[in-house]
Amino acid sequence: MNQTRRDWLLSDAPQTRRQARMGALYQGWLTFRGNKLAMLGLIVLVLLIGIAILAPWLAPQSPFTQDLAGRLQPPSAEHWLGTDHLGRDILSRLIHGSRITLFIVGTVALIAPVIGLFIGTVAGFAGGWADQVLMRITDIFLAFPKLILALAFVAALGPSIGNAVLALALTAWPPYARLARAETLTIRHADFIAAARLQGAGPLRLLIRHIWPLCISSLIVRVALDMAGIILSAAGLGFLGLGAQPPMPEWGAMISDGRTYILDFWWVAAMPGIAIFIVSMAFNLLGDGLRDVLDPKGSGQ
Amino acid sequence: MTDADTGRGAAPSPAPDHRAAARRRHARSIAGTLLSLALTMLGLLLVTFIIGRVMPIDPVLKVVGDRATQAQYDAAYQAMGLDRPLVVQFIRYLGEVLTGDFGRSISTGQLVVDDIRRVFPATVELATLGTLIGVAIGVPLGVIAAARRGGAIDQVARVVALVGYSMPIFWLGLMGLLVFYGILGWVGGPGRQGIIYDGMVPTVTGLILVDSLIAGDWGAFRDAFSHIILPASLLGYFSLAYISRMTRSFMLEQLSAEYITTARVKGLSERAVIWRHAFRNIQIPLITVIALSFGSLLEGSVLTEIIFSWPGLGQYITKALLSGDMNAVLGGTVVVGTCFVLLNLLSDILYRVLDPRSK
Repeated sequence: MNQTRRDWLLSDAPQTRRQARMGALYQGWLTFRGNKLAMLGLIVLVLLIGIAILAPWLAPQSPFTQDLAGRLQPPSAEHWLGTDHLGRDILSRLIHGSRITLFIVGTVALIAPVIGLFIGTVAGFAGGWADQVLMRITDIFLAFPKLILALAFVAALGPSIGNAVLALALTAWPPYARLARAETLTIRHADFIAAARLQGAGPLRLLIRHIWPLCISSLIVRVALDMAGIILSAAGLGFLGLGAQPPMPEWGAMISDGRTYILDFWWVAAMPGIAIFIVSMAFNLLGDGLRDVLDPKGSGQ
Repeated sequence: MTDADTGRGAAPSPAPDHRAAARRRHARSIAGTLLSLALTMLGLLLVTFIIGRVMPIDPVLKVVGDRATQAQYDAAYQAMGLDRPLVVQFIRYLGEVLTGDFGRSISTGQLVVDDIRRVFPATVELATLGTLIGVAIGVPLGVIAAARRGGAIDQVARVVALVGYSMPIFWLGLMGLLVFYGILGWVGGPGRQGIIYDGMVPTVTGLILVDSLIAGDWGAFRDAFSHIILPASLLGYFSLAYISRMTRSFMLEQLSAEYITTARVKGLSERAVIWRHAFRNIQIPLITVIALSFGSLLEGSVLTEIIFSWPGLGQYITKALLSGDMNAVLGGTVVVGTCFVLLNLLSDILYRVLDPRSK
């Protein structure tokens, strides 16, 4: 048998479950790769992750070292993106700030969908009274203005990066709950669930082994599309001084630093904004591409 | 920012002999809407109440000051009802809010209600103009993008929306100030009015553009317009990104329907097919989208107001936040939340009233 790996992956008659799974993944990847913009988004994000990991080695200077004699310097060979009001190198701060951005986005993107998945599937699976109560709570949170609610949360808990993450997660979960519930309702009465039940599977096992895996792909798409929004909200909180505290090089807070000097020293505020824009654009492109691949309405699963 | 998946569908059209049943169903669905409105408001107040309870700031100290004796402190503690069970406190809070009593703001020394009454019109003026700009450009853009799918305008609309979804609004505002105020000098700077016009126009509606027209003061109108146009365009851009995307997808759905093919086969011009047939059918869902977008601008204006020193509700809440003025924060949150809920309700009602299928 002279099989290449590609043939093995694209086989119409997979021999093992693993081969079938890998094949489905590979076909998804082929579709994704065909979308140039989505690939661009992916490349930018991979670069960003690389920058975040290698930040101490990549950054030309420390993000905290002040040099008051060399403050508010325009971009030059020595400081590629200029210096801020305390003479700190803006490029170095941006590079280190990528860690904070990834931390916030990553944590919120882990917490919010899990809360939503849990509430949504339990509501959809249990039905009746529990469904009514859980969905009513979800609707109440959906009806709130998100940013204002996050502001109020942070104000009550005290401004810090952890509380900003918590506030963003607390305001971001309801759409996931809605989505997970809708998915659960469509498969609740499916034959394979009945079959598993007849084999003696309890509700918890049904939920975790059979329902959750089927909700994941649509949740992933939604998360990817929401990432940009999370970045923008987090930057907004940082800008208002409610996220990462100085001297942390958080991008939103850096814009806020540069605000006072905007008319004469534009680069201080402009550079972090460009960074935020590039990253959230990359997430949007990636999300669009993922939606094409994982769209639950497509042939996919 | 807003969620399109409201799960709103037209009620099934009733057969003639089931009118009474349909009416009953209608009444029940209205009652259901009102009930969920009440529950949502209760939830909103419960959350703000809890936030007010967990805050690390001692409300008693704010009233009596640092140098109060223990006896004074205890007296104030009891007078504020803080020794009562939480449930009792919550019911008392409900009663206060329902009578419009949000307490006194610590930073301005005024009643929070009066403060909000003063600053809210500024936010409404900004959000309204922003929505108008968003609708005026976004709807035609979405319609044309759908009609010429894949064409140049469709691509432009796509990029416009993508950039809109990816741009930090406060940053764009700063850059706008830099370019149009700092460098070009085309617009008025931060704030709502220039210094010379400040307080010159008698307040009637609180909307300066309208008030200056009522007073017939053209100079004041021009001044106010030059101040509002940049922040309003900014908000308008974000609402445009959302509205044009939704318009496009609604239009695509209609244009693939069979009645459109019929209309085309009849020999109607493309223009008539698009605007008289397809566009008519998207007007109702579009109203929902516009209402949601207006709501999100009321909220989204928080950051914009900070950038442009716009004396509106967003700036009021943020300033209160930073000075630990919890009464003002919670009052503002309740007001914005209520507007949000009411806008949802309004779009729901409009949907029912305008959609002939739900009669």
